Amino acid sequence: MKVIKQTTAAAAFHEIKERAESHWRELWHDKPVIMVGTATCGRAAGAPDVLQAFRDEVKKRKLDCPVIEVGCMGHCYAEPIVIISKPGYPPICYGYVNPVIAERLVKEFILGDNPCPEFVIGALEANDLLPSFDDFPRAQHEQKIILKNCGHIDPTEIEHYIAGGGYNALAKTLGTKPEDIVEEVKRSGLRGRGGAGFPVGRKWQYCREAPGRTKYIICNADEGDPGAFMDRSILESDPHSVIEGMIIAGYAIGARYGYIYIRAEYPLAVERIQIALKQAKKLNLLGNHILGSSFNFDIILFHGSGAFVCGEATALAASIEGKPGTPRPKPPRMTAAGLFGKPTVVNNVKTLAFIPLIIRNGTEWFTGTGTKNSPGTAVFALAGKIVNTGLVEVPMGTTLRQIIFEVGSGIPKGKKFKAVQIGGPSGGCLPESALDLPVDFDSLQEVGAIMGSGGMVVLDEDDCMVEIARYFLEFTQRESCGKCTFCRLGTKQMLEVLNDFTMGKGAMEDIDSLERLAGEVKAGSLCGLGQTAPNPILTTLRYFRDEYEAHIELGKCPALMCQHLIAYYILPDKCERSCDACVGSCTVEAISPNKKRIKVIDQTQCVKCGTCLAACPPQYNAIVKLSPPSEVPAK
Amino acid sequence: MKTVSLTIDGKKITARPGEKLLRVALENSIYIPNLCAIRDKPEPSASCRLCFVEIEGGEEPVTACTIDVTEGMVVNTRGEKALALVRAGFELLMASHALDCAHCPANGNCELQKIARHLKASLKTKRLRLLLRELPIDDSNPLFTYDPNKCVLCGRCVWVCRQNIKSGVFGFAHRGFERVMTTFADEPIGADRCLDCSQCVEVCPTGALSFKEGKRPSTEDG
Ligand SMILES: Cc1cc2nc3c(=O)[nH]c(=O)nc-3n(C[C@H](O)[C@H](O)[C@H](O)COP(=O)(O)O)c2cc1C
Ligand code: SF4
Ligand code: SF4
Repeated sequence: MKVIKQTTAAAAFHEIKERAESHWRELWHDKPVIMVGTATCGRAAGAPDVLQAFRDEVKKRKLDCPVIEVGCMGHCYAEPIVIISKPGYPPICYGYVNPVIAERLVKEFILGDNPCPEFVIGALEANDLLPSFDDFPRAQHEQKIILKNCGHIDPTEIEHYIAGGGYNALAKTLGTKPEDIVEEVKRSGLRGRGGAGFPVGRKWQYCREAPGRTKYIICNADEGDPGAFMDRSILESDPHSVIEGMIIAGYAIGARYGYIYIRAEYPLAVERIQIALKQAKKLNLLGNHILGSSFNFDIILFHGSGAFVCGEATALAASIEGKPGTPRPKPPRMTAAGLFGKPTVVNNVKTLAFIPLIIRNGTEWFTGTGTKNSPGTAVFALAGKIVNTGLVEVPMGTTLRQIIFEVGSGIPKGKKFKAVQIGGPSGGCLPESALDLPVDFDSLQEVGAIMGSGGMVVLDEDDCMVEIARYFLEFTQRESCGKCTFCRLGTKQMLEVLNDFTMGKGAMEDIDSLERLAGEVKAGSLCGLGQTAPNPILTTLRYFRDEYEAHIELGKCPALMCQHLIAYYILPDKCERSCDACVGSCTVEAISPNKKRIKVIDQTQCVKCGTCLAACPPQYNAIVKLSPPSEVPAK
Repeated sequence: MKTVSLTIDGKKITARPGEKLLRVALENSIYIPNLCAIRDKPEPSASCRLCFVEIEGGEEPVTACTIDVTEGMVVNTRGEKALALVRAGFELLMASHALDCAHCPANGNCELQKIARHLKASLKTKRLRLLLRELPIDDSNPLFTYDPNKCVLCGRCVWVCRQNIKSGVFGFAHRGFERVMTTFADEPIGADRCLDCSQCVEVCPTGALSFKEGKRPSTEDG
């Protein structure tokens, strides 16, 4: 009996797969293909115009050359990105493309044989002609598992996903007992990528074994951290990987319905999921009797309100139920009483994207990457003072130094590294001494940070750590739901203290009471938001206490960042008499020449906008920031 | 009926399994500070964060309102760690409370005063800054007044009101420090939806909701 069922699903899928593969081969057969990255990052940089330029050009010249839209390759710093694959050449990736370059590429490369090396970032395969990505130092560390398809397939074409091996895992799953799938995920050691790193298999097992017939699987795509965009990128670039993961999860835990809770601010992701769901349904990969089996499953898309706290699992469920999106105390765990009081699994987008790969390739394949207790890869969104901003995927256990300096190519403008903020507003700021830390769930926890969503903001010598702490606290205070005492009032109290510090106000004892209050808010708050909100404060106090002390004791901001603690000053011996670039640039007319035609800033007028510093020609470089302001020589 | 026995502050107690620790303690005359708990409300809101206690074998203090009593449980409501948290939470509340006991209708019958006595803490916090919001007082209801500056956001009034009127007159608005207990669309409480049952005033632990002069339904009235 079981065997018959198995062959039905496998046979049904086989047909789908054959068709997809043959269409895929056709697409590439004997002709060039142009792929334009039109995820949100590409669009922001002008990808729609580039896409149109290619289409116009190809049409004008009546070429047999498909122009397709793909997702984000992760090289967000170089958007718009285009990949051209032409027979006889390796697939070539171009960066910073604009409509003019697009026209040239068609003329010279598609029609001619000049691959225009001046616009190339790298070839996707090793070759004799052009440098390939494999030759870059970052290739040594990057390992794309869940980002593998991103930027290389059309996310609106289910057949592209299938041709690459997609939905194989689902077909396999339907021929396996649900318990065995749970067991497999358990054995893989996969930990949740939503922040806390909870073992996924164990969560599924709790839910599967919880009493009751109705169960739910929810995909958490709230992604509210400022600076985080990996979930968006996956949903926009490879939506089927998440959908397949959800269907498998639904089968394993015994759910009939799944929800995708997505931020309303992600319209493109919403659109692409909607298309993907429709296509999956059409191929009977979703809906009733999936692939002819007895398993029925549907996915409902729910638009979140955009509140950060709604990413917390219990608040998220409340929000779907139509109640105010505030967290509730646990227990009961979500797996015992979750959405509508039914046993529910909430998993992150990335977590679910791993599932099909684990089922398809097996546990050994998965645990071959990463560390013992954190197998697999980690996805980070690199931002801040780093050359290569964008998405990276590296094995767990890669060091921060490798990620920042080799994958990210280090700090721009020859500046000095100061700290890296990991895990967004719930995470921590780590100093240079932590750079050789192999990153995984546990190692980060030990040094006071958390993996969190995977935001990684690099800070250099111009960043003030007190201000960074203040910035994140302002965010958490604003996003706190306000339900519980410690988070509502404690974050506000801490923010007030930090505001004062950045203005040089306060006493040294205030540092200790801030630290104490931070510990209390961490211990006393109801949900993860309040429990982690003090982390930026606690880590900056732990690693950069001297900066706090300088602010308070000396009224000095060592990074020259805090407005109230700096003054702009024109060095008289550097100022060029005949130049008055700064005079005109000043918005409040605070600069005037003295008798010797040396320019002087009237400190009482200056609003510290910094325009003059930018206006002073680099050959003179006469304007500096001083802290404390009393450093400015009197006359 | 099945029961469990546990010890709270050295006192042997029997209770029904599944009951919440806070309820069991209070019913046995062991006071644990609390503001958001309501006797009949099945799920704790766990928002005031004042009922921290220590349980033997547990590392960190836990909120008594969320814990089910279990057989053999040994509870200490006076543990140093737990009390430090309770004090901190209380101080935070008081730092944003328009303290004016002498002119407050709740004077002498106020949960905050009771907690202060229990903790041997001052009502005025010295460690934290006063962060008051100076919100307008709602005087529109004929029976009672609502002074949001004294509200601790416990949610008791919101809950009892929902028990009586399905849609409820009260609710919470805004996030973070700006969170406030208010009416739908900020309309005055006196508007037509209120049934004047004044149960909200009865459950309010502070002087935020208080009867107007001569409007308290007292026993002397009959
Ligand atoms: C304030 C707060 C915000 C959160 N935001 C998210 C989020 O945006 N996405 C997410 O996957 N998990 C978020 N989480 C974690 C979820 O509560 C939950 O642990 C997670 O979705 C579980 O998925 P996982 O096991 O796959 O990691 C948040 C938690 C808190 C406390
Ligand atoms: S910790 Fe903050 S976000 Fe969480 S319940 Fe309390 S107030 Fe709301
Ligand atoms: S008005 Fe009173 S009962 Fe209502 S939330 Fe405020 S303190 Fe609680």
